[in-house]
Amino acid sequence: MADKKYSAGVKEYRETYWMPDYTPLDTDLLACFKITPQDGVPREEVAAAVAAESSTGTWTTVWTDLLTDLDHYKGRAYSIEDVPGDDTCFYAFVAYPIDLFEEGSVVNVLTSLVGNVFGFKALRALRLEDIRFPVAYVMTCNGPPQGIQVERDILNKYGRPLLGCTIKPKLGLSAKNYGRACYEGLRGGLDFTKDDENVNSQPFMRWRHRFDFVMEAIHKAEAETGERKGHYLNVTAPTADEMMRRAEYAKEIGAPIIMHDYLTGGLSANTQLAQWCQDNGMLLHIHRAMHAVLDRNPHHGIHFRVLTKVLRLSGGDHLHSGTVVGKLEGDREATLGWIDLMRDSFIKEDRSRGIFFDQDWGAMPGVIPVASGGIHVWHMPALVNIFGDDSCLQFGGGTLGHPWGNAAGAAANRVAVEACVEARNKGRELEVEGKEILTDAATNSPELKMAMETWKEIKFEFDTVDKLDVAHK
Amino acid sequence: MSDMQDYKSSLGDVSSRKFETFSYLPEMTPDRIRSQIEYIVSKGWNPGIEHTEPVNAVSNFWYMWKLPMFGETNIDSILAEVEACHKAHPENHVRLLGFDNFSQSAGASMVIYRGKSV
Repeated sequence: MADKKYSAGVKEYRETYWMPDYTPLDTDLLACFKITPQDGVPREEVAAAVAAESSTGTWTTVWTDLLTDLDHYKGRAYSIEDVPGDDTCFYAFVAYPIDLFEEGSVVNVLTSLVGNVFGFKALRALRLEDIRFPVAYVMTCNGPPQGIQVERDILNKYGRPLLGCTIKPKLGLSAKNYGRACYEGLRGGLDFTKDDENVNSQPFMRWRHRFDFVMEAIHKAEAETGERKGHYLNVTAPTADEMMRRAEYAKEIGAPIIMHDYLTGGLSANTQLAQWCQDNGMLLHIHRAMHAVLDRNPHHGIHFRVLTKVLRLSGGDHLHSGTVVGKLEGDREATLGWIDLMRDSFIKEDRSRGIFFDQDWGAMPGVIPVASGGIHVWHMPALVNIFGDDSCLQFGGGTLGHPWGNAAGAAANRVAVEACVEARNKGRELEVEGKEILTDAATNSPELKMAMETWKEIKFEFDTVDKLDVAHK
Repeated sequence: MSDMQDYKSSLGDVSSRKFETFSYLPEMTPDRIRSQIEYIVSKGWNPGIEHTEPVNAVSNFWYMWKLPMFGETNIDSILAEVEACHKAHPENHVRLLGFDNFSQSAGASMVIYRGKSV
């Protein structure tokens, strides 16, 4: 239509990008930002600026704007809300048409939504709280390589949480000593052992030696216990080519599962690896190093529920979720919210869990949440209650720190998890009767008895820094 | 070191062999089996029974005892089938399953009679 004339200069963003009457389409990608504006800037103008800078806009009008239909492609700020309990900021809701984003590319979505706009001067701080991915976009993504029930079938584990352990010390073991630590844990009753995230291929232990020794540990523990075992072989590498080389070797020696750090390794590499895992029947465990840099500040960054959705789209079968009860940050209700986002096929908007939008995952498989970090056998009743069966509970120090060694530590945790599951199935209240349930189970397990004496109900009672925005001042 | 306990498990000791969920707890008793059947029924899952010679326990496909008991909610009837399977195959592992047709997975799976391991 030739009804617009070009006039150079700077316009207010709200003239174009603030559309309070807009009704979002089912195919729109929706975002909720928490905006802390500079003093004196009106909310509508800042919200419109965020919509503009994260979509089609730049700071001035350009003549090439008129060569396209900007009214179709622009992001639309359509709603503003107070943040409960905090007057320094507000929520802005923005709708983006689906054709702004390349199919199957969370990389492209994030480059737009958390790109230049986060450094924008009119803002003191900006946080991406949530994204509603339309199911039309979800279906363009590959997602988790296998999903929860396929993993259960591959590993023959049903009706209980999976049990894992991260091998410590994090750094410095030789490959053979490392394999020994894995073997001891696996023969004691673990389903998985895990490379620590910063174990890649350092001079003290190159990846290939590690893979070989760990695989022998798996084979021997399987023969000894008659159960299926795995170890998350970390293939995170300096280049994607090298990552793929390590993944190929893991497959060649028969490893059932490999591991990647999706934020430090990068989303492009992660998506590539996840697709390869699906094609090659491999499970993929995902670590989240760097997430707290992005998600811990309540006013700036990207909320973990967004990083969770991004991983489910990019692909992974396990993702670390926080423990609620251990040494690491994580509000209980918020954690319950994002573990639902990992596992369920449809999650309803629920502000009490920090979920801003309905999210429909269509046919996309789920991701198993991994609870890891500062947990031990006394936490087991609460963990089974909070996470349920479709979870992986990982005790690092809580296995390896057992006075009689890894096998005993593993057996203690295995007895504890099974006792808790059996008690739950009988209808007992785990978080009320936990002590009694564990004490009873320990009468048949000296390993569990020793573990309970060693850790004696240790708790981590620091307050959470990033709380849900619910309390009014 | 004297109060440190050795972890007894080896390739040569058949008692080291486990059978996944609940195999680190003492062998099931009739009361405990009943309460797990009650759980399966309460979840709306379809109970099923499978068994195998211990030497073939690694296989994904154990022998089905008849068909899964679709829609069966009578605890005593289910228990009677469990006992009938065990009686017919006293040397075998017998496991009880709860098939969840929504997740297309077993919501529960446990060996309730343990054969002699090899």
